[in-house]
Amino acid sequence: MRAPSSELPIEFDGVTVAAGGVTILDNIALTLAPGAPTVLIGPNGSGKSTLLRVAMGLLAPSRGRITWGGLENVPPHKRAIVFQRPAMLRRSAAANVSFALRAAGVPRAEHARRTGELLRLVGLEALADRAARRLSGGEQQRLALARALARDPAVLFLDEPTASLDPVATKAVEDIIRAVSERNIKVVMATHDFGEARRLAGEVVMLHRGRIVETGAVASFFDAPQTPEARTFLAGELLI
Amino acid sequence: MASDVSALQLVLSGDPALFAIVRLSLYVSLAAVVLAALIGIPLGAWIALTNFRGRQGVIVLLNALMGLPPVVVGLAVYLALSRSGPLGSFGLLFTPGAMIVAQTVLVAPIIAALTRQTIEDLWIEYRDELTAMNLGPFGRVAALIWDARFSLVTALLAGFGRAAAEVGAIIIVGGNIEGFTRTMTTAIALETSKGDLPLAVGLGLVLIGIVIAVNALAWTARRAGERLAG
Amino acid sequence: MNMLTRRVLIAAAALVFASPAFAQDKSIVVASTTSTQDSGLFGHILPMFKAKTGIDVKVVAQGTGQALDTGRRGDADVVFVHARPAEEKFVSEGFGVKRYPVMYNDFVLIGPKSDPAGIKGSKDIVAALSAIKAKGSDFISRGDKSGTHQAELNLWKVAGVDIAKDKGPWYKEIGQGMGAALNTASASNAYVLADRGTWLSFKNRGDLVIAVEGDKRLFNQYGVMLVSPEKHASVKKDLGQQFIDWLVSSEGQKAIADYKINGEQLFYPNASDSGA
Repeated sequence: MRAPSSELPIEFDGVTVAAGGVTILDNIALTLAPGAPTVLIGPNGSGKSTLLRVAMGLLAPSRGRITWGGLENVPPHKRAIVFQRPAMLRRSAAANVSFALRAAGVPRAEHARRTGELLRLVGLEALADRAARRLSGGEQQRLALARALARDPAVLFLDEPTASLDPVATKAVEDIIRAVSERNIKVVMATHDFGEARRLAGEVVMLHRGRIVETGAVASFFDAPQTPEARTFLAGELLI
Repeated sequence: MASDVSALQLVLSGDPALFAIVRLSLYVSLAAVVLAALIGIPLGAWIALTNFRGRQGVIVLLNALMGLPPVVVGLAVYLALSRSGPLGSFGLLFTPGAMIVAQTVLVAPIIAALTRQTIEDLWIEYRDELTAMNLGPFGRVAALIWDARFSLVTALLAGFGRAAAEVGAIIIVGGNIEGFTRTMTTAIALETSKGDLPLAVGLGLVLIGIVIAVNALAWTARRAGERLAG
Repeated sequence: MNMLTRRVLIAAAALVFASPAFAQDKSIVVASTTSTQDSGLFGHILPMFKAKTGIDVKVVAQGTGQALDTGRRGDADVVFVHARPAEEKFVSEGFGVKRYPVMYNDFVLIGPKSDPAGIKGSKDIVAALSAIKAKGSDFISRGDKSGTHQAELNLWKVAGVDIAKDKGPWYKEIGQGMGAALNTASASNAYVLADRGTWLSFKNRGDLVIAVEGDKRLFNQYGVMLVSPEKHASVKKDLGQQFIDWLVSSEGQKAIADYKINGEQLFYPNASDSGA
């Protein structure tokens, strides 16, 4: 296994993912470089989650290639992901985090200290001993963030991290994402909440039917969309 | 423990050999469950996580083996452990060790099949997370077994129930030797054949009581553990 | 093999081999019949033998056929059964060293109080069996190739009945031990041939009583043999021979004669009768 000096930038070169005769991602060309968060938007089924999985290395492209820091097949040492519905290990909140630390190869002596830090970062230190599966949806989402950050990632993928959360919980999660981004961790996030995209994004990538229809800085994308698809979508109309 | 024994002995109007029989029964069944778990849990977890040709067939076979006829297993183990058999030099036939071997053969498929089901369900839930954590196969299996531990207790209990209630295999390979390989179930069979039905029924009640007690203990432990770990 | 695997394997082996009461080094395995065990004879004589020699005798109670097979496979050190022709064959085939007559007991024909065949009190087993067949009264056969079963088949032959051909729905082969046969007869009020020892210690009699006893043809000779150490090196020939020698000694013979249930002697020692 070759380890690149950095797993960034992540470059998609003609990446296509097809399964059972359905094309989920179609000839994607995209570069994810260090910097402000990249937000993927687009209707349900547009391929956002699949793009994140390919970028994470969980899914191999059917055609095309993807490189991390210029290399192919790089194991995710410096990448982490929070799924839309993160699975909670049947352990305490703290044990969920220390499990991730162990998986990331962090020496055991540092587990207690790092677990404490991470739980504090996501505001769960008071719930450290609570069974993870007994936490609320927002708490589980924050615990999943702590678990992902335990990997000390250079890039963090988030798949609709605030879907189905109430505004208070959403704000808590967004605050963490902002804090993460300020630590120079590249955030790549899928959402279909425009407000969230505006609040967090540096750059926006819009997907439709597995294709990238438009990319741009957040301000220009929302204020002056270039493509009819983006205009329809942003106008709140059904994009078919 | 002593007060339990005297209580039991009272129930059976003071059979002095009873305690030894109960102890041997528990030892044989628990040892068989431990050995079967050492085989069955890793095997079940491996089948749950691995794709290979004929996997479906193996799963069907494993589920079918849960119903292995004890007499057939007893006979096979008898032939294997007999002095004239391939493993005869160990001199295990007509010893508690032979009974443990036979019951391990009976219980291992139960534990493996139930483990396979449990771990596979959990794997569907955990797959993305564990893969994203870049966990190797050993780490995955360890994490899944640990997190499924309370469900796996049920598999172990099913195995223990089978072992504790079983007579067909151990009477063949153990020989039902008084004071040496006589267990609760073989003693019940013997007392029935001697026409001493009240003693057989009494032994049966003690056996059922023990099985219930072990299940209650495991259940309590499971509930307490689940409350802590979710 | 890494350390962990090795430790687990050692622990697993310890579970199997270090079972409780496993460390009885001075012991022999005797394959014998359900009749000797169920009658309680071993419970009476083995403690005396153990007190004298320190040898533990582990009795595996089986049918005579199975007990001989256990010896043939080398899984017992001594075979103690009751079917003389089969025993002689065992020795002549080289599986047994030498056959010693030990004792005899007798068979009794057990039947329901109502006595549907009208044979109660008879001393003629052959006439009784003929009557059972003629009336079609229910009869339970062991059907398990045991010594008792072989004796029963022999008696039918003497009575001029070809039971394989003549048996009807009244003749039920259960393929089980003496106790199970008595339980079945008790539950269905049928006739059954039993050894006296098992009958005397049998508790679930229901309406069963002795119908026929005392016929010389009902005597049942027991023999004992050491399994050939030449066929099976694992045979504990010294300990096994010590047991046989004790059984046929005056001390052992007296112990056998002394065993009684309700004041009734079950087994009659006759080791000195070389023709038995």
